[in-house]
Amino acid sequence: MINVHDKHKPLTFIEKTYLPAIVSGVLLTSRHFFVNLTRHILRAFGVKLKNMAAVTIQYPEFLRPLFPRLRTMHRLTRREDGTPRCVACMMCETVCPAKCIYIIADEKLENPQIEKMPRSFDIDLGLCVFCGYCVEACPEDAIRMDTGILEISNYTRNGMILDLETMLSLEPMSSRYVQYDRGGEVVSADYIDERHRSDA
Amino acid sequence: MVKVTIDGIEIEIPKGTTVIQAAEQAGIEIPRYCYHPGLSIVGVCRICLVEIERMPKLQVACYTPATEGMVVHTNTEQVLEARQAVMEFLLVNHPLDCPVCDQAGECWLQNFYMQHALHDSRMFENKVKKSKALQIGPNVMLDSERCILCSRCVRFCDEISKSNELGIFNRGDRAELQPYPGTELDNDYSGNTIDICPVGALTDRDFRFRTRVWYLSETESICPGCSTGCNINVHHNDQRTYKAGGSRVSRLKPRYNPDVNEWWMCDAGRYGFTHVDADSRILAPTRSIGEEQEMSWGEAASEIMTKLREVISVHGKESVGVILSPQMTNEDLFVARRFFRDGLGLKHIDFEVAPLTTGAKDDFLIKADKNPNTAGARLLGVGARQGSGMTVAEMLEAARKRKLRALYICHHDLANGFAVDVVEEALTAQDLVVFQGPNTNSTSALAHYVLPAAAFVEKTGSFTNYAERVQMIHTAVTPLGESKADWQIFRSLAKEAAISVPYFEAEDVFQALTAEVEAFSGLPYAGLAGQGIALRDGQALPESETVVA
Repeated sequence: MINVHDKHKPLTFIEKTYLPAIVSGVLLTSRHFFVNLTRHILRAFGVKLKNMAAVTIQYPEFLRPLFPRLRTMHRLTRREDGTPRCVACMMCETVCPAKCIYIIADEKLENPQIEKMPRSFDIDLGLCVFCGYCVEACPEDAIRMDTGILEISNYTRNGMILDLETMLSLEPMSSRYVQYDRGGEVVSADYIDERHRSDA
Repeated sequence: MVKVTIDGIEIEIPKGTTVIQAAEQAGIEIPRYCYHPGLSIVGVCRICLVEIERMPKLQVACYTPATEGMVVHTNTEQVLEARQAVMEFLLVNHPLDCPVCDQAGECWLQNFYMQHALHDSRMFENKVKKSKALQIGPNVMLDSERCILCSRCVRFCDEISKSNELGIFNRGDRAELQPYPGTELDNDYSGNTIDICPVGALTDRDFRFRTRVWYLSETESICPGCSTGCNINVHHNDQRTYKAGGSRVSRLKPRYNPDVNEWWMCDAGRYGFTHVDADSRILAPTRSIGEEQEMSWGEAASEIMTKLREVISVHGKESVGVILSPQMTNEDLFVARRFFRDGLGLKHIDFEVAPLTTGAKDDFLIKADKNPNTAGARLLGVGARQGSGMTVAEMLEAARKRKLRALYICHHDLANGFAVDVVEEALTAQDLVVFQGPNTNSTSALAHYVLPAAAFVEKTGSFTNYAERVQMIHTAVTPLGESKADWQIFRSLAKEAAISVPYFEAEDVFQALTAEVEAFSGLPYAGLAGQGIALRDGQALPESETVVA
């Protein structure tokens, strides 16, 4: 038996006026405003608080630091000779809930110890839900989501598809940019400069 | 008959039955690697150990004959422990790279490990290295490291294919499966060694790494490769269509039928399905007069019928020849008969084209007649030998002399049975040539209208094999492009000609067929699935016996 509850209870007369909801909303916003105001003033006078005030980060000029376990754009790792670690076992493809991984396997005849390798390995980031199951399912540590690349956009749907070469060429995000900082401090300026330089 | 008790179930079995067979009859599954019902018994894998009362040690169930009053236990603590120990022993040198192995998902080591072992490895020693990815034949790849030396393939080559290519060499942990020096595993049935290999030691070079087995769906069918009609399962890839170059059918596997092919099928049949996804598939009705032009089914049917009626009204019914095909199902041929013979009243209908080079045959499964439904076509009386019309050869001769003005050709590549210039001369002399079939060929290139017919995996119907056993094929994948089953094509033509073909499903056609055709009368449609029904017995088997999974 399935019990279905009607979640939509009829509103009472008071609720229908919407006044209580408006008042509570205004109170909530005001509380944040005054708490932040007080904390900023105290900080200006040099009082160190355990909890920091809310800060607006001037994205994209400034970036928040990334947490080391954050799942970002995928990359494929390489063996020492530069070939992909991936053995095209299709575990990631199988486990992927978004079905956004497309692998076509090839026989690795020159090295029967490895036996199998991907001929093509595509991930459609337009479908990916960034769950990280592919990383977890991988028996070879061949796929990781540690590039630190978050800005993923394109003008076409096909442009959202990552291929084997692209994923092999990506590097893990440098530990410099990975900091666990509760303070909400912005990242050092040279990181920003570097990014601008690489864009140019 | 002897009485034995297995896990408390008392059953009566013929004398000489082994314990593993008796357990199977009692519905108890005992794990096995080396035991195969179609091969001799060797008892080398030791996984089927069972406890038999009043015997001092555990016994192998596959080799121990059941005797009167025997009491067998298959899941006592001692048995389970022994099974686990055997599994551990088998896995001592077996590589644990299941994700790479192509057998993963249908591997008996994986299955029995999950069911009976679940131990942690206690081995510190390095695994013994053996040859990997060895191409031991045109169809088979050997990975010696993965082999558990059950010797099924060796016994298959000795006993079934009788070609004796394989052997196990060396001793102890260096024992290795190899083809004998200077030979390779190249016989007409080599693909079966892949089926019976319980692990990933023998894999299919054609199928290897193209997809993963858990992506595949399975549909029961009949091999259309020759008139034996081996029972098969079509493994098709519906979910991951980008795999293997987009081919929808991944492989064919034999399906057990004690009366036809037992557990086996030949390599020609096993690898003979590539035309299903080939580039030569016809995708839409096409007019090839002057410029090639695709058309809708409605247009095609009305144009063809208009021209056909024109020919008939000017030159008479004797001027039209119909060449049906033994590649078509009973249902297709029955509707063709209803449309061409009964509806249009045509006389010249035939289906037999003797090939210029006779097909290979042997005394096991391979028949020289490479068509699955020759017997069905004969029983339906759609050949010149059964009627009074011209044979195909006579039709071509008459066509050349312009006694025939229109030809309707199904499936055949006439160049397989006649000289190319004979066919060309005959077809170019016609006012109307219609070709209907799944793939283009030299005959379709000469036709004025080309109609796309569904391939055998895309339709439901029945074939009658050489021994007059009626067996069913089922729709595994949707027809490619605009193609339709042959009988549906005839139905749409009949509709244009105002001839009643009141069938909506293949089943309707079959019911009408059983009612109308003497040889098929009384066949239950439900009984065709599974093992099929033999007509030779004189009458259909009772329904309860014919419905087999």
